[in-house]
Amino acid sequence: MIRFVPRERTPLWLTVAVSIGAGVAALLLTVIPLALSGAPVLRAFGLMAQGAAGSGFALAETLTRATPLIFTGLAAAVAFRARLWNIGAEGQLYAGALAAVALGSGAIAAPAYVLLPLVLLGAALAGAALLLVPVLFKTRFGADEVVVTLLLNFVVLLVVQMMLEGPMKDEMALGWPQSAPLLDEATLPRLFAGLRLHAGLVLAVVAAGLLHVFIGRTVWGLRLRAVGENARAARYAGIPVGASMALVGLLSGGLAGLAGACEVAGLKGYLTADLSPGFGYAGIVVATLANLSPLGVVPAAIFVAGVFVGADSMSRAIGVSNYLADLVVSFALLSVLVGGLVTRFRIVRVRREPV
Amino acid sequence: MPSDLPPHETRPLVLSLSGITKRFGALTANDAIDLDVRAGEIVALLGENGAGKTTLMSILFGHYVADAGSIHIADASGQMAPLPGGSAQAALAAGIGMVHQHFALAENLTGLENIVLGTVPLWRLGFSRGAARAKIEGLMRGSGLDIDLDVPVGRLSVGEQQRVEILKALYRDVRVLILDEPTAVLTPQEAEGLAQTVRRLAARGLAVLFISHKLQEVLALCERIVVLRGGAKVADRPSAGADRATLAELMVGRPIPPRTRTPGRPGACVLDLDGVSVGRAGERDRLVEATLKVHAGEIVGIAGVSGNGQGALAGLVAGLMAPSGGRADLAGTRLGAANPAARVAAGVGRIPEDRHRDGTIGALSVAENLVIETIAAPENQSAGFLRYGALRARAAQAIRDYDVRCPGPDAAIRALSGGNMQKVVLARVLERAPRLVLAHQPTRGLDIGATTDVHRRLLAARGRGAAVLLISEDLDELFALADRIAVIHAGRLSPALPAEGLDLRRVGLMMAGHAAGEAA
Repeated sequence: MIRFVPRERTPLWLTVAVSIGAGVAALLLTVIPLALSGAPVLRAFGLMAQGAAGSGFALAETLTRATPLIFTGLAAAVAFRARLWNIGAEGQLYAGALAAVALGSGAIAAPAYVLLPLVLLGAALAGAALLLVPVLFKTRFGADEVVVTLLLNFVVLLVVQMMLEGPMKDEMALGWPQSAPLLDEATLPRLFAGLRLHAGLVLAVVAAGLLHVFIGRTVWGLRLRAVGENARAARYAGIPVGASMALVGLLSGGLAGLAGACEVAGLKGYLTADLSPGFGYAGIVVATLANLSPLGVVPAAIFVAGVFVGADSMSRAIGVSNYLADLVVSFALLSVLVGGLVTRFRIVRVRREPV
Repeated sequence: MPSDLPPHETRPLVLSLSGITKRFGALTANDAIDLDVRAGEIVALLGENGAGKTTLMSILFGHYVADAGSIHIADASGQMAPLPGGSAQAALAAGIGMVHQHFALAENLTGLENIVLGTVPLWRLGFSRGAARAKIEGLMRGSGLDIDLDVPVGRLSVGEQQRVEILKALYRDVRVLILDEPTAVLTPQEAEGLAQTVRRLAARGLAVLFISHKLQEVLALCERIVVLRGGAKVADRPSAGADRATLAELMVGRPIPPRTRTPGRPGACVLDLDGVSVGRAGERDRLVEATLKVHAGEIVGIAGVSGNGQGALAGLVAGLMAPSGGRADLAGTRLGAANPAARVAAGVGRIPEDRHRDGTIGALSVAENLVIETIAAPENQSAGFLRYGALRARAAQAIRDYDVRCPGPDAAIRALSGGNMQKVVLARVLERAPRLVLAHQPTRGLDIGATTDVHRRLLAARGRGAAVLLISEDLDELFALADRIAVIHAGRLSPALPAEGLDLRRVGLMMAGHAAGEAA
């Protein structure tokens, strides 16, 4: 018989090991559906690895895919640290993308060093504003932010579709519902010639570093952690709980908004209603895998991106559905949740005494 | 003690622990403990926090498995049979019942439903309420435990809820009843009623293990006293001939200096409440038109059973609640909207009732918890960045000054024991030299050593000129510390009378709701 004894503290190595172990376990669990579909298991994994990191091109694709995941992962991590359950990063991402296009596709003429920061700032503000509403509803009226943020995702997507069919539709796009392209001055530069990897990755990694310092080293970071760990005691200690929550909302929504801006300004160049294949939701997985650590979000996002890119390439080669990637990511989430038991409890074997 | 039963040695054994040892890493929580309990015996289990009482009970209940030793319990025919370890079901089936300090009752169910809960298999659709009621009513007549079985338990008083818990155990035909700190939540009169019940149950052959740290009631009620210290049994003696001082010494392992009372020297009025109400009509824990003055250099004690308005009074002073009527002044400034930060800034040091829920933030470090009320102050931050060097140095100082046993300033505070956690709260509150100290149940759950320390610190704060508002359910504590005592009942505060010459019995009656004149 085994028993779970609560741990007083969890060493860092164990937290890291659990995250890595969850990734490995997820890949191992994927063997079952792979084998059931009749695919050559080893070759499939080989192809996935090759597709994700087998060449400079593959690696660049993975990092490109990781860029929005880092932003949405950070958005989830900072919110969840404060126990603000923001499930609306997908909507905030689209709000940011919409703002980026509104500002960057000709409304304002300015040199790149003015326009690009303006586009990013506008996107962050749009995402932040979108999350501020559910946060205020939560702190003022006790509305459940899970429901509100989740449902807002669908509202925002409908608004985006409306804009792309109406006021923001590109007349030159032969009837496709897409926005006018961003000006060159509003576009993020590519990092390497011939690769799609763009400066958004640098911004994402810098954002992770800044968030790490913010949470761990600043007054507001301490308030945020206090509110997340024990809101009652935080209020007792005189910490403005509502204002802390609002700040977390602004940060989380802003980061998700930046994800949208970077996709538009770094990769696509214009906005369509299928800009994000669920980056907002995948961000929750990334943050959970990273144990809500901003620095951990970067490798976690690269892992998840690698799984998606690798599975895409594998499915093309051997004809297994690329839904397999979703399966791996889901397994990873489940594994890390189970792994959370190990970080929070010591598992002790107990010998049953003879009766 | 009058008893119809034969003398001690000839009564049949019902429970026998022998050589129980339990280690957690380097810590030996229980060290070869032997304990025999006979039918009809009331045995006190005394010990400080961490002495091993809880571990021993957890082993008895199958929550832990002992590393060595065995437990035997009498079966229905009186034969001693080994109790399998690691199974709570086995312990229940063998006839061990326990009433925990924090009740395990479903508040929305009636007393009857709570009592039979768990004894009826889930898959049985109906059960015979009539038979259950008849059995419970028989138990109530036999034990003197009287409650209304058809009222949701949430509407019963704390004392009545405790009776439900005891009936729950009796309904399962327990042979050994363990009561964990049963009087902590009762008025002196209710505690006396409980003692009578326990005596009556013992006279009918029930073995009772009584866990408490109130030495007076242990001496009055129990025939035999077992003392644990540092995981080992240090005494097992009849209560006849024992006294408080020797028992306290046995528990702590060193002599306890007797407390000496020195009167305070009241100065200017710091907290001035004039007809203050907090909370709305219909709320249970509210304050109704309270009038009270607390002066610098005095300790004013508020006696009462928890839930009678102490929460509202503490909430007002701590800044969590706003007055809904009347006039509340703090050093000449009107107390308005709820604002905990403003209270801190105004020099109120607040020791909350529940240090886990309100007083500390478990995942944050000792250093962070020490400054959590004042993180925006310039000595703690510059340009928004926390000055961790200064924070750590200050924490190290507090750890030395207040004798906090912990791995260091960076240790998460949840790893600390209750007493050490409270020392951190005291350091946070008292280091800022507050002009008013709110101490709400400051020693609840603390052992004698930590309690003495808290009392010493509060007296030192008074000596320094602070006004202290001490809210406590522990009358011994109030009489030991307070210069004046007021009683709170159903939201109404009696006038604060000098503790000197105040009668314990009268305070107890006032706590139970008798008016001051009536109680006199």
